Amino acid sequence: MKKAFPILGLLTAGLLSYALYEGLVVAPKEQTMGEVQRIFYYHVPSAWTAFLLFFINFLASVQYLVRRDPKTDKIANWVVITIGVLTCVAPYAIPSLVPAGARASSIATTGVALVGLYFLIKKFFSEQETDMLALTTAEVGVVFCTVVLVTGPLWARPVWGIWWTWDVRLTSTLVLWLIYVSYLVLRRFSSSGQTPVLAAALAVFGALDVPLVYFSIWFFRTQHPQPVIGGGGSIDPRMLHVLLINWLAFLCFAFLVCWSRYRLERMKREVEETQALEALLEPRSALR
Amino acid sequence: MNDPNAAHTEAEAIIAVANLVKQFGRFAALRGVSASFHASRMYGILGDNGAGKTTLLRILAGLVPPTRGEVTILGKNNPREVCREFGYMAHPSLLYDEMSGMENLRYFACLYGLEDARCADIIAAVGLDPGLQRPVGQYSQGMRQRMSLARALLNDPKILLLDEPFSNVDIRSAREMVKLLARMRNGGKTIFVVTHQASLLDGTADEFVWMDSGQIINRTPDLKFMETA
Amino acid sequence: MSAAPSGITLATLTKDVRLEWRSKDAINSMLFFALLVVVVFSFSFDPVAEESRQIAGGLVWVAFLFAAVVALNQTWARELRNQVLDAYRVSPAPANSLFLAKAMGNFLFVGVLEALMTPLFVVFYKLRVLGPAWQLLPVAILGTWAIVVNGTFFAAMSLRTRSREIMLPLLLFPITIPALLSMVEATTTILVGDPSTSAKFWIVLLATYDVVFTTGCLALFETVLHAE
Repeated sequence: MKKAFPILGLLTAGLLSYALYEGLVVAPKEQTMGEVQRIFYYHVPSAWTAFLLFFINFLASVQYLVRRDPKTDKIANWVVITIGVLTCVAPYAIPSLVPAGARASSIATTGVALVGLYFLIKKFFSEQETDMLALTTAEVGVVFCTVVLVTGPLWARPVWGIWWTWDVRLTSTLVLWLIYVSYLVLRRFSSSGQTPVLAAALAVFGALDVPLVYFSIWFFRTQHPQPVIGGGGSIDPRMLHVLLINWLAFLCFAFLVCWSRYRLERMKREVEETQALEALLEPRSALR
Repeated sequence: MNDPNAAHTEAEAIIAVANLVKQFGRFAALRGVSASFHASRMYGILGDNGAGKTTLLRILAGLVPPTRGEVTILGKNNPREVCREFGYMAHPSLLYDEMSGMENLRYFACLYGLEDARCADIIAAVGLDPGLQRPVGQYSQGMRQRMSLARALLNDPKILLLDEPFSNVDIRSAREMVKLLARMRNGGKTIFVVTHQASLLDGTADEFVWMDSGQIINRTPDLKFMETA
Repeated sequence: MSAAPSGITLATLTKDVRLEWRSKDAINSMLFFALLVVVVFSFSFDPVAEESRQIAGGLVWVAFLFAAVVALNQTWARELRNQVLDAYRVSPAPANSLFLAKAMGNFLFVGVLEALMTPLFVVFYKLRVLGPAWQLLPVAILGTWAIVVNGTFFAAMSLRTRSREIMLPLLLFPITIPALLSMVEATTTILVGDPSTSAKFWIVLLATYDVVFTTGCLALFETVLHAE
């Protein structure tokens, strides 16, 4: 394992450089926006990475909560499988259920990802490790989310003339950022005994909130139309190619950072446990 | 309600703890406590501050989970499953200052699904007046501790966990409480009393459990053992 | 011989109301605080009647939210004095009964505050409702419950943290954003009374929010209460 890290590091560095080159040089210049548009290759992959990390945090938090009791664990397994099956079948069987702006295939992919990631986490992480995974993905996710929220206005200002707009994506990202910053504050401010449980509960609440945030802002926008930033619609296949390369590079980078942070957290906990064991064994008469 | 013949028979252990460890960060409150306790006995738990007495009691009451080790109460591994069978009393009164004694007990009786009449009986049993309208916040310490004991006795528990019940209580009230506890022990209850005033239990408690630095260092039938610093 | 959970909820709620009525310490200071909030907001924005309808929705609900936070921070104060919460945890009473009782108590409390603040706002902002005024009632009920149910839950979470008073709004505000948006938009739509718009979507969204988070709170409260 130890050898893998530097190799992966080099690979990631290479990939990032290549992706940067693609983004700045190779990708075609956008017709209306000009060179500024290239920030898009930084902005969008950061967003996708952040969402993926928060998604993993949600699954890890759920697992931490349900695995404390074997009964709830089994029930959760079945619920996850059911959701997975439903998301694969329902959008195709009942097309009217698919909300406007989404595609059946993306819903199905999310469902498969949910089931896959859930059971992968279950297999490879013990109960305490899911808590470390949750902490890691939350921290790194907040960093990527911050990148999204900073690059968004940087892009918007020269192109559309405004720093910010309350559109669905930007606002949902902002709320997600707020929720996860509060998550990190909670982790810091609660005493170590209950931190995992409280944080996991908050993560679940955050996850419940996200679809509601999305819908509320979506409807708000239909009532109060505002300029759209980020452009929707179709994308030039060459740009898509560059986008995907950048996303791959970002994912590798995120994986690397998460791995480091995870190792750091594990070492920290091992040190604490050792210190606790020492305190357990040594006589306390010296303290009196 | 309790079979008087059961009072002094050799019963099997109703509470057993094995290798109990409790750590708060780096502070080890309990460092491997193993013991078993029998029914119809009164145990006095003694020791200096920080010995782990309160932590042990709170683990038995199910308020705090142990870091490691097992607790078996009445055959169950999780104290919360048998929470009907014990009564817990701590140094704070666990009562609402703004309500009278009777009102407090009526509320807690509701939590256990008990009749109101029981409240009046219990208050009288601890030597207080059920009709007293004065809010508990204005009681003397002795009265407050007795009312807190009444609350712990409300559900007629098999096991009583009392943490410093006599602290700041006048001698007369304290002696009354000890007599009451002895009567209940004779009636079949198992009683744990954590206290700094060991002399109050001299001659009444069946056994003294001495704790120091998170471990049980001795169990004696009387107070002759005084550990040296 | 176990008590019905609804009986416990009712008994807890009655006890809280009785205690509050007797001491009146929280409610008096809260009422005055509510008045202050209305006055300060009114000084800060002094719009003409037309504009006031556009912004009053937002102002009113933000004012309610701040008043609610101060009330919510008091939720568990009596249970912490003398560690009464331990007595509850040791008893066989279900945690959710306690939660519902506290949430309903807060709902009543915040509802009283809103009922007192609203006429003041109407006066200071010269408000007149141009749309279907009866719709304001479901908005008020659903919106208040949204703030209160999560607020009670996060108040319990904050018990186990440092800086308790700041943790509650810190945790509550991000999660409440969709509900807040719905409340404000619904109120503004009703006040402005534009016939092409309807507050129905917002009311349905508020109801969904309430159902989702009440379920979530009930599912997780036991865990939070018995966390060490």
